[in-house]
Amino acid sequence: MKLEKLLLQNRTIILKRWLDSILESYSSDTKRFLKKQSDQFANPVGQTISKEIGNLFQELLEGVDPARLSPILDRIVRIRAVQDFSPSQAIFFVFQLKGVIRKELNKEIRENRLSDELAEFESRIDDMALIAFDVYMRCREKIYEISANQAKNQVSRLLQRAGLISEVPEWEPHQKETT
Amino acid sequence: MSDVPKPEELAKVDHTSPLITGWMNSPVEIKKGVACYAGKPKNLEYVGLPNPREWSPLDEDWKLPDNWKEIILDGLRERLERFRSLKIFMDICVRCGACADKCHFFIGGGDPRNMPVLRAELLRSIYRREYTTAGKIMGKFAGARDLTVDVLKEWWYYFFQCTECRRCSVFCPYGIDTAEITIIGRELLNLVGLNIDWISAPVANCYRTGNHLGIQPHAYKDMLDFFVDDIEEITGVKMEPSFNRKGAEILFITPSGDVFADPGTYTCMGYIMLFHYLQKMGLDITWSTYASEGGNFGYFTSHEMAKRLNAKMYAEAKRLGVKWILGGECGHMWRVINQYMDTFNGPADFLEEPVSPITGTKFENAKGTKMVHIIEFTADLIKHNKLKLDPSRNDNLKVTFHDSCNPARGMGLLEEPRYVIKNVCNNFYEMPENTIRELTFCCGGGAGLNAGEDMELRMRGGLPRANAVKHVHEKYGVNMLACICAIDRAVFPDLMQYWIPEVGVIGVHEMIGNALILEGEKERTTDLRSEPLHGMEEVEEAEEVKKEEKVEENKDV
Ligand code: SF4
Ligand code: SF4
Repeated sequence: MKLEKLLLQNRTIILKRWLDSILESYSSDTKRFLKKQSDQFANPVGQTISKEIGNLFQELLEGVDPARLSPILDRIVRIRAVQDFSPSQAIFFVFQLKGVIRKELNKEIRENRLSDELAEFESRIDDMALIAFDVYMRCREKIYEISANQAKNQVSRLLQRAGLISEVPEWEPHQKETT
Repeated sequence: MSDVPKPEELAKVDHTSPLITGWMNSPVEIKKGVACYAGKPKNLEYVGLPNPREWSPLDEDWKLPDNWKEIILDGLRERLERFRSLKIFMDICVRCGACADKCHFFIGGGDPRNMPVLRAELLRSIYRREYTTAGKIMGKFAGARDLTVDVLKEWWYYFFQCTECRRCSVFCPYGIDTAEITIIGRELLNLVGLNIDWISAPVANCYRTGNHLGIQPHAYKDMLDFFVDDIEEITGVKMEPSFNRKGAEILFITPSGDVFADPGTYTCMGYIMLFHYLQKMGLDITWSTYASEGGNFGYFTSHEMAKRLNAKMYAEAKRLGVKWILGGECGHMWRVINQYMDTFNGPADFLEEPVSPITGTKFENAKGTKMVHIIEFTADLIKHNKLKLDPSRNDNLKVTFHDSCNPARGMGLLEEPRYVIKNVCNNFYEMPENTIRELTFCCGGGAGLNAGEDMELRMRGGLPRANAVKHVHEKYGVNMLACICAIDRAVFPDLMQYWIPEVGVIGVHEMIGNALILEGEKERTTDLRSEPLHGMEEVEEAEEVKKEEKVEENKDV
C-alpha cells in the first residue's frame, strides 16, 4: 500500500497536527499548558493524549483490531469523559485525523492517485470512532455507577446491617414554613 | 513558606500575564456532575445559618435575600479588616502564573477558572472595584468588575471546586494561599445562604450528635463492639475498649468515618488493637461517644462554625478530666487543630503537655493544642522498640503512600507515616517525586467535595493523583494506596474504581493491626478484612469449608 508508506514517512507531522487540532477543544490557556509541560506527572492529560495518539496511529496502519485499539482509546476517552465535553465533543478527536491527513498529504494523494486507498484508510478511522463510542459509554456508565453507590459505599456494611443511622429531624420553624 | 519572595525567585517570575482576557465576559454555566446539591433548610436552621430555603443551583432563581449585595460587601469589608492576610493576598498578586498549572482541578479538567490565580481573581475583581481607586475608575481595564448575581453564582461554582489543598501556595513566590481565599469566599457565600448539602448536613449532624453521620452514642458503642467481635474472631484475643471514662489519662478522638465507613473501619480495628496492646504497658485511654467526630466540616463553612464544632472536643476532654487528646488518622482535622485551635478555643490550659506514657516522649509540638496525631504517637513507639511486629502479615500488599494535603503541607507529617509503613510492611514504593510530600496531589474530594453528585468533578480533580498511582501500579505492581486521612479513605475507593480498579485503599493503622503480635493470639490466617494472609490461602479455604459444614450440620439437626 502506497498510502501506508506515505503516512509512515509523514508520521511526525501528522501526529503533531492531529495533537494540535485535538487541543483546540480546550481554552487557549489550557491548550498552552497541555502542549508545553512535558512532565507526564505534572501534565497527565497533555502527555497521555500525545503519547496515545501515536499508538492509535500505529495500530491503524496495521488495520483495525478492536482488542488492541480499545485499551489505547480508553486512556484518552476516560479523561475526556470527565471533562466539560458533550459525547460528540469527547470523541471528535478520532475524526479529526481524517482532516489532518487530507490536508497534509493532499498533493501527494492526488498526484499518486491514492484516493481509493485513502477511502479505505478513512473507513478504518470510522471503525475506530465506533469503538471510541463504546469506550465512552463504558466510562460514563462507570461514573453513574460510582455516583449511585457512593452514599452506600461511604457507610459501613455493619452500620447498614444494624440500621443505626439517625438524621437531623425536620426543624420546627421550617415545618411551619412549608406546611 | 515565607511571605516575601527571594530576589532570585522574583527574577525567575515571568511578569507577563498568562491570563486569557475576556474570562470575565464569558458567563458561567453551572453543570450537573460538577455542582453539588444545595444545603437543605432544616440543616441550616439547626445551626442558625442564614437564609434557609429550598433551592437548586440548576435553577435560575437562587432565592437570595433582597439585600444580598449589601450583606456580601459588608462581609467582605469586615473580613478585610479582620484578616490581614486576606488584604495582602488581594493586593500583592502580580499574576505571574506560577500557580496557574498547579491545581489538580485545572490539570485534570482543563477549565481555566480552576487556575488558582483565576479562582482568586473571582474575589479580587470585586475587591478592586470596591476598594481600589484604579478599580473604581477604570473598571475592567484594571481587572475590576461589579458584583452581580452572575458573579455570585460564579463564586459559588468555583469556590466549591477548590479542595483548599494549598498545593498552589507552594509555588507562589509571594506565598499567596488561594485556599484561604476560598475559605473566605465560602464564608461570604454562607452569609446569603449559598452552600452545599454535603457540608451543611454533616455540620448540623455534628452539632447535634457529635458526628457527621448523626450516629447516636449507643450506636457508636455498638459499632466498636462489632469490631471487638471481629478482632476476636481473627486473632482469638478479646479486647475491651473503654468509653466516656472519667479520669482516664488520654481521650481518643477520630473521624467518624473510621467508625462508620469502610475501609476506615479496618483502620479503627487497628486503633483498638494498638490500645489493647499498650494497655499492659501503662496506656490509660478512653473513647468518647460524644466527641465522636475528629473531622470538622464547620471549617468548610466559616471560621465561626469551625470554632463551634472544635469546641466540642475540648469540652469533652474537660468533662472527662483527661490530660491530653490523641487524635486518629485525619487530614483537615489537623489543619484546624494545628493552625486554628489555639486562636479559636485555646489555650487549653486545663490539659497538660502531651507525654507518651509508654516512651516518655514529650510532644512539644502539641504544647499549645494538647492534641497529638496518632501517626506521631505510633512512630515514636516503633522508634523506641515498643511494638512487636510481623510485617510479613502484610505481604499480600504492595503499598504506596499518599501524603494527605493537610498533614503534609499543613503540618509537615512527612517522615512519620513512611517510617511506620516501612516497619509494618515489606513492599513499599514511592510515587514520583513531584506528586508526593509537599507537592502531593489532592485526592480531589477534600474540603467537603466528596459528595456523590459531583462525581465528574472528583474524577477530574483526582486524575493527577490517580495518574501517579497508576504509574507505580504498572511499574511495581502496587495494589494498595495507603493514607492517614479519613476523607482519603472515603474518596479514593471511588477514584480508584474509575482510574485503576486494581488498587485498594488502606489506613496505616490497619497495617499496624495486621502486623502487631498480640499476647496470647492464635495463629492468624487472615488479615483484618478477613482475607487470607499470604501463604495461608489453603488453610483459610479449609477453615471456610469446615465452617460451612458446621452450618450444614446444624441445619440438619
Ligand atoms: S488550594 Fe488546591 S484546590 Fe484550591 S486552588 Fe489551590 S491547588 Fe487548587
Ligand atoms: S497567586 Fe502567586 S503564583 Fe499565583 S499568579 Fe499570583 S503571585 Fe503568581
